[in-house]
Amino acid sequence: MRLNETYINAAVLIGLLVVPLWAVMVDEPFTITLATKAVILALAAVGLNLILGIGGMVSFGHALFFGLGGYAMGILAYHAQTFTMLDLGLFSTGGTKMMPIIWLVAIAVSAVIAFLMGQLVLRTGGVYFIMITLAFAQMFYYFSISWSQYGGEDGLSIYVRNEFPGLNTLDPIQFFGICFAILCVVLLLFSRLQTSPFGLALNATRQTAKRVETVGLNPMHLKLVAFVLSGAITGLAGAMFADLNRFVSPTMFSWHLSGELIILIIIGGVGRLMGPVIGACIFVVLEHFLGGLTTYWHIFLGLIMLAIVFFARGGVIGLLTGKEGAHV
Amino acid sequence: MSDQVPQPDGQPVLATHGLNKAFGALQATSDVSIDLRAGEIHAIIGPNGAGKSTLINQISGGLAPDSGRIEFLGRDISALPAQARAKAGLGRTFQISQLCMEDTVLENTVLGAIGETQGVWQFWRPALKTADLIARAEAALERVGLIAERDVTCANLSHGQRRQLEVAVALTLSPKAFIMDEPMAGLGAAGSKNLTGFLDGLRQEAPILLVEHDMDAVFALADRISVLVYGKIIATGTVDEVRSSKEVREAYLGEAA
Repeated sequence: MRLNETYINAAVLIGLLVVPLWAVMVDEPFTITLATKAVILALAAVGLNLILGIGGMVSFGHALFFGLGGYAMGILAYHAQTFTMLDLGLFSTGGTKMMPIIWLVAIAVSAVIAFLMGQLVLRTGGVYFIMITLAFAQMFYYFSISWSQYGGEDGLSIYVRNEFPGLNTLDPIQFFGICFAILCVVLLLFSRLQTSPFGLALNATRQTAKRVETVGLNPMHLKLVAFVLSGAITGLAGAMFADLNRFVSPTMFSWHLSGELIILIIIGGVGRLMGPVIGACIFVVLEHFLGGLTTYWHIFLGLIMLAIVFFARGGVIGLLTGKEGAHV
Repeated sequence: MSDQVPQPDGQPVLATHGLNKAFGALQATSDVSIDLRAGEIHAIIGPNGAGKSTLINQISGGLAPDSGRIEFLGRDISALPAQARAKAGLGRTFQISQLCMEDTVLENTVLGAIGETQGVWQFWRPALKTADLIARAEAALERVGLIAERDVTCANLSHGQRRQLEVAVALTLSPKAFIMDEPMAGLGAAGSKNLTGFLDGLRQEAPILLVEHDMDAVFALADRISVLVYGKIIATGTVDEVRSSKEVREAYLGEAA
């Protein structure tokens, strides 16, 4: 079976749009919530795919950025809903319930942390990179557990979903629409970046850093910029995920989530534009249907992973297009 | 074609001064001072393990010398990282091809053009639709005779074609000096002859520091030869001088004969 990747990509996006619209008609709001969850997980994984698929950096700590986005939302909304001040030293703020502002904060915080962290972690490679990114994420995980001001281990509930100008975010399909639109924008950015001079050089860095140096480019700078962009995208997804659940907890920082993001990408197709989206859809569908049958549904996820690793190295997209994915 | 960079008072384009590099007890480079003058091909020969690649790596910036200085275009580049030396105009090819195997010939060459124009911070316009980059890349491919393979994935190239591609990528950078680590390695007789002809003309554009095992090529091309044995330069001179040197015969050529 060999299909054109562009058609597959279009079909996936249309499918992801049609299912919740159908759910509106038959009045199945929970299906819309599932679709929204798939969209947000996909967004987080698109961020990871940027460094993993193009740049060859296997971050096992991307839950760090997901959690940062989540807590950015949680903390801002918490102060807004309790009418308390958030003292940031230089200035203080009463928090906010506006999604666009929350998103910008989530993006900025994630980008700054990614920049600082990148200075250190990008000096390593291979298994050391995997472990040091994991270590950073675990530091934030344990910090959030002990941060009792914002719920500690119990997490932080936000009673009413944050607002978006002109839309009613409490209506599931409208919130889905916001998330879907953002995913489309980020996918567009990703696809442009992938073929741009920067993407070509980043892709070369994954294959042979020596070559990149030899043409007078600094692989460190390329990787750092990619790492910051990647963290920012995953951070944005984290803020939206927290808004979906109206709840933030340390589990957003957990290594399970970092692992799941990698799994989504491998199932869908490493380095492929729609790889994370397909992976996220499969993940959410399995979690819902198999999770209803058994709490051990991850066994089936594991079997799918095995099948992909042994028989379809390019993931689902690789299987459909007959083209292998990027080697990491 | 870029003109030779005029060096005042016949100063060399590239020179090392007293380079030393040891790996534990092994002195891989021992007080090496060599130079590369405008318009010449300077070959470095020596038996396996003589430290040729170690020397080349120190010059191109992949390896830091323990002591000594490297000057390029009158400027001390000893402290510069590899990418800065490349940016300054030092073009190199590798003994073992360093190419992006998943990418096409054109993409590999366009990477060189991106490096030359330093236009890497562009995230929107496709590289392969940027006329300037394509023109630079295609010109280089044309010169090495690889233009017909422009859309072939690098992994599907023959060994010889990969060697040609290495040279093409170096050409996109319009270097002021080339450092070539065994460009003939693994080439057949015909390929080797072709590349010899090409390098012969290339020296007019920029001088070449050439490490090569293929003695036919070295004797055909080199203006000067330096013989490296156990990390030391034991002789530097013209082809005839080196050929007739007793020391060289004993240390190196004698072995081969």
